[in-house]
Amino acid sequence: MAVLLNRESRVVIQGFGAAGQREAHTSRAYGTQVVAGVTPGRGGQEIDGFPIRNTVRQAVDEFGANVSLIFVPAPFAADAIVEAADAGVPVAICITEGIPPLDMVKVKAYLRASGTILIGPNCPGVISPSERARAGIMPPDVYLEGSVGVISRSGTLVYETVDQLTRLGVGQSGSVGVGGDPIIGTSQREALALFEADDETAAVVLIGEIGGTAEQEAADYIRQMSKPVVAFIAGATAPTGRRMGHAGAIIAGKAGTAQAKQTALMNAGATVVQSPSLIGETMQRVLKERGLT
Amino acid sequence: MKLHEYQAKELLARYGVPVPKGRVARTPAEAEAIAKELGGGVVVKAQAHTGGRGKGGGVKLAKNPAEAKAAAAQIIGMQLVTAQTGPQGLRVASVLVEEQVAIDRELYLSVTIDNSAGMPVVIASAAGGMDIEQVAEETPEQIFRQHVHPSTGFMPYQARALAFATGLTGDLMRPATDLIAALVRAFQESDGSLAEINPLAVTKDGKLLAADAKFSVDDNADFRHEPLMALRDTTQEDPREVEARAAGIENYVKLDGNIGCLVNGAGLAMATMDAIKFEGGQPANFLDIGTANSVDAVVTALKIIGADPDVKAVLVNIFGGLARTDIIADGVVAAIREGYVKQPTVVRLAGTNVGEGLRILDESGIDLVRADGFAEAARKAVQATG
Repeated sequence: MAVLLNRESRVVIQGFGAAGQREAHTSRAYGTQVVAGVTPGRGGQEIDGFPIRNTVRQAVDEFGANVSLIFVPAPFAADAIVEAADAGVPVAICITEGIPPLDMVKVKAYLRASGTILIGPNCPGVISPSERARAGIMPPDVYLEGSVGVISRSGTLVYETVDQLTRLGVGQSGSVGVGGDPIIGTSQREALALFEADDETAAVVLIGEIGGTAEQEAADYIRQMSKPVVAFIAGATAPTGRRMGHAGAIIAGKAGTAQAKQTALMNAGATVVQSPSLIGETMQRVLKERGLT
Repeated sequence: MKLHEYQAKELLARYGVPVPKGRVARTPAEAEAIAKELGGGVVVKAQAHTGGRGKGGGVKLAKNPAEAKAAAAQIIGMQLVTAQTGPQGLRVASVLVEEQVAIDRELYLSVTIDNSAGMPVVIASAAGGMDIEQVAEETPEQIFRQHVHPSTGFMPYQARALAFATGLTGDLMRPATDLIAALVRAFQESDGSLAEINPLAVTKDGKLLAADAKFSVDDNADFRHEPLMALRDTTQEDPREVEARAAGIENYVKLDGNIGCLVNGAGLAMATMDAIKFEGGQPANFLDIGTANSVDAVVTALKIIGADPDVKAVLVNIFGGLARTDIIADGVVAAIREGYVKQPTVVRLAGTNVGEGLRILDESGIDLVRADGFAEAARKAVQATG
């Protein structure tokens, strides 16, 4: 996904604690330019060769940071995202899970008026294998350079899908984990548009889940795509939750079910897979049929 | 976190939502005393986290304090079974004793978050009562919505629009707009995930009252709502789910099958259930260990799964990102050594530190079924149930 992240990208990590440091090392070893960490009050220090600054603005001014990877704990994560946007960072990727939804309501409204693209929160991040660029928490060794884009609400299902593809020798142009939270920065539909515009990408795997209407909105976009899409909806066999009240059902109606989503995606021309273990081979077959290998 | 009806009404009343007079009682004698204080007929309502309480025998009318006492004696201590609770039902520890009100008509009003719009939405309908979802499906034109924009907040004209659309006009308009605005304020200031008044009653003497109320606080905002979180009633939850949460495992749900699952990530956990069913088996639970990166969390999770009498085989399916497979492996080995899991166990590890994770399993000498890829893991788990 070189549109979001490439070898020129200069990554700053907000929240340079244990997880942030570990992922900084993994990304640097992969070949990514991790230029600084931001931990308020620790500015001027250096941790394992990573310079630390007090603010995102300083990391932008001094190191030319243009991607922010956020590990800041949930109560303070909204503040961190807006700080990145306000510092003019064009791409912010938020790993943090458990941000209060009403905080995200405000963040999303703020981002609409800024030029910053937010990926996540509660997501595994973004990777571009051919660019050796990684901003996230995904295990890099399962990736193989190639032309399939992967989009998922779930982090672990990104890894699972990529692993299946790699074992079949089908490489990836990148993956975007859009995040598992109710309110996210970039929708499945928007992520599809990014891959449609990405020259390296020939086809896309879309992994949806039960609940909400995001897959229907994605299906709407698939109709106008030039690239084939293979889709899987997780949770087809999940029991209906012990929900409370009627408001959720009034908004989503029956659109939240796996069947409604599968139908919408099929009608839009996507190839829908019934078992999660068949995603890789189905994509391999679609690439062959379309002469894309 | 769900509130009981009486807690929800107390919360809403603080914001100015009119509610019937009444109080919670934990004994029949208390119910009698409250009925005496209220005078006249009362309604005695089971406090349990479920809808459809009336059909399950959890709501009774009483003409006088003696009848209120008798009704409370029947309800307190009962296992209330409704369409939502499953056959085991929910234990009722208290009742709400309220004045009876003569109702002229019933409306519907709620606030929740509209995920696609990325902001809260207020939903209102003149067709209140039990079957509002059917109304939404069959006659969507009877459902009215107004979004709460974060920059302006909920505006007075939006409250008026909902009041006019649902026929709350004339003398009712002012109380209606005040009530709607109060509900939105309660939702926002308490980090609600749902605030619902159903029915919203227009009484025969022309007043508006929240005849029933549901309120859920978003668990992700618990750090800024300590007093509200103290209202959590864990007796209304599955004890295994309570134990899991105490260990930092947010997502454990008991199911009907016999394959216990420990998975990282909600999506992979759902896909694992899908794969088990695809192979002809049935999961005993949904468990997302998330990034609970400690041996203790893994041991607790396996202890809960292993102690479930329905579980005939255990499937551990981990694709490590932030979660480390070596820590998971240490947890699996510890849980089996401690005797928490006696069922045949299938382990599939992939991702972060997988070399180290597999080495730990190998060197433990414990008899585990190893699987490569999760279709194989699901198949072996189904086979292991016999």
